[in-house]
Order: sequence, then structure tokens, then C-alpha cells
Amino acid sequence: MERWTTTIEPPRGWAFFPLREVWAYRELLYFLVWRDVKLRYKQTALGIVWVALQPIALALMFTIVFSRFLDAPSGGVPYSVFVLAGLVPWQLFAGALGRSSLSLVANEHLLTKIYFPRILIPLASVLTASVDMIFTLAVLGAVLAYYGIGVSAAVLILPLLIALVLIAAIGIGLLLAAINVRYRDIQAILPFLTQIWLFATPIAYSVTLVPDNWRAVYDLNPMVGIVEGFRWAIIGGDFPQALWPSAALIILLAVAGIVYFRRAERSFADIV
Amino acid sequence: MSAPVLRASGLSKRYQLGEHGRGTSLGRSLARMLGSSGDEARDNVFWALRDVSFDIHEGEVVGLIGRNGAGKSTLLKVLSRITHPTEGRAQIRGRVGSLLEVGTGFHPELTGRENIQLNGAILGMRRQELQRKFAEIVEFAEIEQFIDTPVKRYSSGMYVRLAFAVAAHLEPEVLLVDEVLSVGDVAFQRKCLGKIEEVAHEQRTVLFVSHQIDSIQQLCQRVLLLRGGRVQAFGPTQDVIAAYLSDAATSADGDFDLWDHPTRAGHHTPVIRRLRLCADDGSMTTRYGPYDPMVAEILVEPPHTLRDPIIGLGISDHFGRRIFTVASFFEPEGLEPISGLSRIRCRIPELRLGSGRYLVSVSVQDRYHGEFDGLENVAEFEVYWQNSYGTGEPFRPVFGPVLSKSRWERLEP
Repeated sequence: MERWTTTIEPPRGWAFFPLREVWAYRELLYFLVWRDVKLRYKQTALGIVWVALQPIALALMFTIVFSRFLDAPSGGVPYSVFVLAGLVPWQLFAGALGRSSLSLVANEHLLTKIYFPRILIPLASVLTASVDMIFTLAVLGAVLAYYGIGVSAAVLILPLLIALVLIAAIGIGLLLAAINVRYRDIQAILPFLTQIWLFATPIAYSVTLVPDNWRAVYDLNPMVGIVEGFRWAIIGGDFPQALWPSAALIILLAVAGIVYFRRAERSFADIV
Repeated sequence: MSAPVLRASGLSKRYQLGEHGRGTSLGRSLARMLGSSGDEARDNVFWALRDVSFDIHEGEVVGLIGRNGAGKSTLLKVLSRITHPTEGRAQIRGRVGSLLEVGTGFHPELTGRENIQLNGAILGMRRQELQRKFAEIVEFAEIEQFIDTPVKRYSSGMYVRLAFAVAAHLEPEVLLVDEVLSVGDVAFQRKCLGKIEEVAHEQRTVLFVSHQIDSIQQLCQRVLLLRGGRVQAFGPTQDVIAAYLSDAATSADGDFDLWDHPTRAGHHTPVIRRLRLCADDGSMTTRYGPYDPMVAEILVEPPHTLRDPIIGLGISDHFGRRIFTVASFFEPEGLEPISGLSRIRCRIPELRLGSGRYLVSVSVQDRYHGEFDGLENVAEFEVYWQNSYGTGEPFRPVFGPVLSKSRWERLEP
């Protein structure tokens, strides 16, 4: 007699990233991303142009305010290049975090009607957000070309940095998404959390402006090392030592996010 | 009998009741933690399933019935792994497909083609499998011309047909179906039932919920009856249905409150408030003689004026088989328009039923609007045997359920 293929029992203990299950459901992951990307551009006149327009508009604002009005230092490159190099990882992070935090509640109808590894939903929204990065990177490339700035071999570290941004967004996104299922307060907190975070990250200004006695607290923001890393990869200069603690922090956050999510997911269908 | 493909052993599911449920706010929860109502909250639990055990064998089609809140949907959710059991265990052999809703994940902005792909992936179809069946799905749904139109432009009928077509082409070994057939028009419902029968012929196992007793009878060999989260009966279809119907429709005095009746299918706006079964003198009763007149009073409250109301009463036997139907539109004079809370009286001059227990179904609709409310087998009455000649001969089922008056005389050769 064949064995049972599925056993359903009350869950016990702790679980980590369900790699095998996610692999088994990779087609669904693909379709969830495909759906979100497709929906994004349906019924918009300018479509993908919006994705490129956002960082351009932000960079323009920052350039006017910080460079023209406040005359902030930008480390020897045009300020617009300086700010864009910070905006590329930031936009990716903020977009992925925002989408993934709200993803479970937005897909409530799937959670309560069908079985699949729950982690697919925030994962798909992070991947959807990373599609946008293709366009922000293109904008950065165009600006670099305009100023005739070449890049060094350091640019090869970018995939690694992008991976770190995604891991950070997944870790924190999983945490917030799971909390949002129970407490919709996250929906209200998210916009200003993102704004505060933007100012706590050296995007519009150089990290050299941060007073030394503030650095210990300031460096707790894992995006500090990431943004510094991006600038180093594109513009050059000294290798940012802040990258190491940031990377460690990100891994820690991701582990915590996954473990918490896996614990919380048991009740998603019951309380969403 | 073949090996079980689905076994539930002592399945239980507990829910926490009260505010600490859907989308609560952090502040309220903090307030509760600081307050003293902690013990109260702990006691406020509800067992949606309690110690549910059963075996389902390969190729069986099993119906799942019970009043609303009996635990049918929870059981399907636990078996489809959407929610965890609190206690107990379920074991399944083979791929499980579950269809708890028609068109899960359908998005109005996407075209028919795109939704088929997405919905297929959500229901667990592989890409090759979907490609192979794509033409068949489109044909089954009868939407060939509109395949590249966003589904928000579809009529509701087209939408349902497309959604069901995708689901119907799933090929799992075990198929779990919630009440999804109650949507769509009758012709399409029949087509879907046919599809489920086909599935069963391929030695696949189906567990499905329905409020429609006749589809349960048509499809199922065995029926699982849940009540208050427990298995009340599990056995041959006829026996379990008889137990269920009489349980759902008992009333001591002939007064049946139907306003929030549990078996009303979810999408109907309640129009029928109350049904009273009376004797000819207007006194309420649930016992009739075989040739007695029956007076039924139906209290209705339609949301709009019913300009051409069609009100019907159906009398069925204990297995849910319809014996006869009376309806306002069978009669030449019909019924006047109805608006607001109204009392409708229907008099059946002679029941002409053999002795036994019978069930009444009631439906209200408007010929123009299609406004509809209907409740199946919601009131039970009894016909006692009364031999008019006083011979004491008992009524026998072989006589059939319907009596007719007849006159006998001897003629000259």
C-alpha cells in the first residue's frame, strides 16, 4: 500500500525558510510577480515612464534644495550623480518594503481560499519592486554618461549590494506584513516610517556631515552601509567600513523576519 | 473497498471569539492586556470542529452537509491546509486540489487569457498542463470571442463560467469543493455537475459541500453530516439526507422563522420572513389528514415592489424528492403586486398525500426583476393515515406518495 503523501497536524516548534516548498511553487511565484508587473502598467498612459520619472523628480528636488540652497558637499562629483547613486538602492528598498508589508492583507482572498507557502506573497512583491530598479539604474547610467563619468571595476560589487537590499527588504517586510495581518496599524505607520528612514539614510547628504558622537546610533540603520557601498561602487573613494556591520545587521534582521513570519503564518487565514 | 485516500482522526479546530479577531487595532489590544478582562477572553473560544474522524476511499464522491456554522467550510479549509487543526490529524494520499471559491485570484483588469494562466497557477496547475488544456477550458467556458478582453467587461455569467472552467480542469487525486455550484445559470450548473461526475469516474475522490440536496443525491454515494462541529452521521446518501432534513425543519407548532435560516444560500437577499402551516380554520399545525386542506401563510418583506410576484410552495418527501409544487403563476388569477411587509396566504384544498413526513420548500421571485429568495425543505409536517372506511388497513409505501379520490361502481356486463 502506498504511503500517505500529506499529513496535516497542529504545528509545533519553529520553522525557517521553506526552501523546498518555495521551489515546488516557483511557478506560482512567477505568476504572482507577472500579475503585479502587468497590473502596474495596465490603464496608465505613461506606463513604465513613471518608474523612471520618480527618481528623476526626487533627484531634481534634492539637487535644488540641498545643492543649490544649502550647498551640501557631494564628494567631488556632480550632486545629481551623488544623490542618484543613493536613490537607486533607496528606491528599491522603500518600494520593496512598502509592497511587501502590505502584501498579505492585499492578498487576503488568496490566503483564505487556497494553500501555498505564505512566504510567496511578500517574496513576490519584493521581486516585483526589483523590476523597477532596472529603470532607476538606467536613469543613473544616463546621468553618468551625460557627465562623462566612467565606472571602475568596483561596480561589479553591485549585484551583491542589490542582493543585500532585497534581503533587508524581505526581512523587515516579512515582519511588518505578518504584524499587519493582526494589527492594521502598520498601514498607518508605514508612510512616515519610510520618510523618517529616508532622512536617517545618507542619500541627500554625505555621511561625513553626521557628527562622530552620533555615528554609533546612526550606523544602526543598515541602509547606511548599503548606500555608502553603492556610492563607492559607482563614484569611487574610500571603501565604506560601515558596510560590514550593515550586512551583519541585515542578515540578522532577515533571520528574525523569517522566523517570526513562519510562526505567525499559522494564524493568517484565521485572523486576516 | 479500496484503501482510504483521506483519513481524518480526531480533527478539532478552535477559534478565539471576540474582538481579537479580524483586523484589530494595536491600541485596543494593549488596553485589553492592561485591563483585567484576560480570563474572560480565554474562555471565549469556539470549537468549529470537534473530534472529527472519517475515512474516504478512492473514487468515492462524498457530500458534506450541515447547517451554516456546522463546520463544513472549516473542515475543507483544514483539509486544504489553509488553516491548521488545533488537535488531531488528517492524512491524504495524492495531490489535493481545492476549490473553495470560484475564481480565486481573478483580477478584473486582466484579460480572460491572463486570468486563466494566473488562476491555473493559483490552483496548482503546471504550465505545460495548462497549455495542453487551454483550448478545452476556453471551449468549456464558451467565451472564445472574449478571451483577450479584460474580465471586468464580462457579464457575471461569463465570469463564473470562465472561473469554473479553469477549476473543472484540475486533475488532482483528491478534489475538495465548497459550495460553488450555486452560482451560474441552471444549464451551466448541470454542465459542472457532469464534470464532477466525470472526475469521479476517473477514480478520483471528491468531497463536496452543497446546500442543494438534489445535486448531493445525484453525485454522492455517501454523505457526511456535521452538526456543531461534530460528525452527526456518515453513511449512505439517502439515510443521512433524511436525518438532516427532518432535523433542519422541525417545529412543534407549525410556525417556522425563516428570516435568518441557516440553509439559505449565501447570495440571496432574505425576502421570506416566516412560514406558518395551518389547518383550514387558521390554527397552526404540523399534522394533517390525507385529504385535509392545507393553509400556508408566508410572511414576506421584499426590498422592492414585486410587480408580478411568483410565489411557490414545493412539497417533498423525506428524501428530498419533490412530490408536487403549487405556485401563484399556475393559477389564472395570479397574485397582486407586493410591496413592504406582506402576508401571503395559500390554500391547497386537498393534500392527497400518503401517510409519512413531508418537507416544504418556499420561493419568492419577481417575473421582471428576477429578485429571488428560496429556501429548500425548511418546514416539516406529518400526514397521518386515516382510512375513510375504518377497516384499519395500514398505509403501505408501495401505494406511492400521492393519493387520489376515486369512485367505484359495478357496471352491467
